[in-house]
Amino acid sequence: MPSTKVARARAGLVWAGLLVALIVPVLAAAASPLLAWRDPVYILAGLAGVLGLALLLVQPLLAGGMLPGVSLARSRRAHRWIGGGLVAAVVIHVAALWITSPPDVVDALLFRSPTSFSVWGVIAMWAVFAAALLAASRRRLRLRPSTWRRAHTALAAVIVLGTVLHALLIQGTMETVSKILLCALVVAATARVVAGRRTPTRRPR
Amino acid sequence: MTTPLTTRRTLLRLAGAAAATGMSGLLVPAHAQGVAPTPSMRGGANNYRPGAPVVARIGGGGFWMTGTVRRAGDGAPLAGQRIQIWAHTTEGQERDPQSHGATLTDAEGVFRLEMPQIIPAFGQAHGHLAYDSGEFQTVFLRPVMARASDTSLNADFVLQPA
Repeated sequence: MPSTKVARARAGLVWAGLLVALIVPVLAAAASPLLAWRDPVYILAGLAGVLGLALLLVQPLLAGGMLPGVSLARSRRAHRWIGGGLVAAVVIHVAALWITSPPDVVDALLFRSPTSFSVWGVIAMWAVFAAALLAASRRRLRLRPSTWRRAHTALAAVIVLGTVLHALLIQGTMETVSKILLCALVVAATARVVAGRRTPTRRPR
Repeated sequence: MTTPLTTRRTLLRLAGAAAATGMSGLLVPAHAQGVAPTPSMRGGANNYRPGAPVVARIGGGGFWMTGTVRRAGDGAPLAGQRIQIWAHTTEGQERDPQSHGATLTDAEGVFRLEMPQIIPAFGQAHGHLAYDSGEFQTVFLRPVMARASDTSLNADFVLQPA
């Protein structure tokens, strides 16, 4: 039937577009000339940050069940796993930066860094931890689903805003154009899901 | 007859010109007491290694760190002052010993030290400088390059007695 053909083509386009949007910025950062003058731990720190930013594009799409061909239940399960991956990426990013230059990371964590992007990064880091904690203790908290969801969504908005400002203000390994495009996509996807809220609120099983 | 117009714009221009003249040093004798000491910058002391040796050049060179050292109050140039310099360069990270070196100011209180190209690290292309010889109060500076492609960076010290 032509309608299924169209739907299939559309799904293929969405997935291909998503893969390109995720892979190009990571490859561009991996090809940065700055890497020649960094040691492996510092390179790992930067790449963990880039991967974390890329995961922020997938998270709202999964939370909103917006990826074609994936059921909402499977989408939400993937959202949880990738959320765990995001926490890991943040921990690796900060720990590897700490190994590279302890005083700079201590300044950032204590909000006394000379660079504003550090402040945004640390705010986003705490929001990631809080959102993950909220997700992990969902059953124990016994919040009303709508309340839980509002809190998790608010934290997600802080994560996205903080991370995007952090990334845009940094002169680092990310290539400028691919960085701006990825940030724009992350903001657009998040805004769509936060504003839309069209998906049903489900109680935890 | 034309009336001279004093618009907000001309006022701003005059104020700007006056400020520029004052800061350029032309009016220094008139403002002899007004040269304020340079405060340390946030993060300036990060990855500091005390006692960096005085060197003719850090590594292979190609990049210039320049500046002046003056005395607070009268603004007199300070000769023979030791300034320590370090940065993340093409030849090492900030913590690496080979990234550190020191130089002395000349009779005019000017210092110039050649070092490897500074590259962006921790999100900004920046350098570190320290005055830490004891005669005057310690100052740590962390100037930021306007562009990562710049091949020089300047930082001025105004020191007050310890």
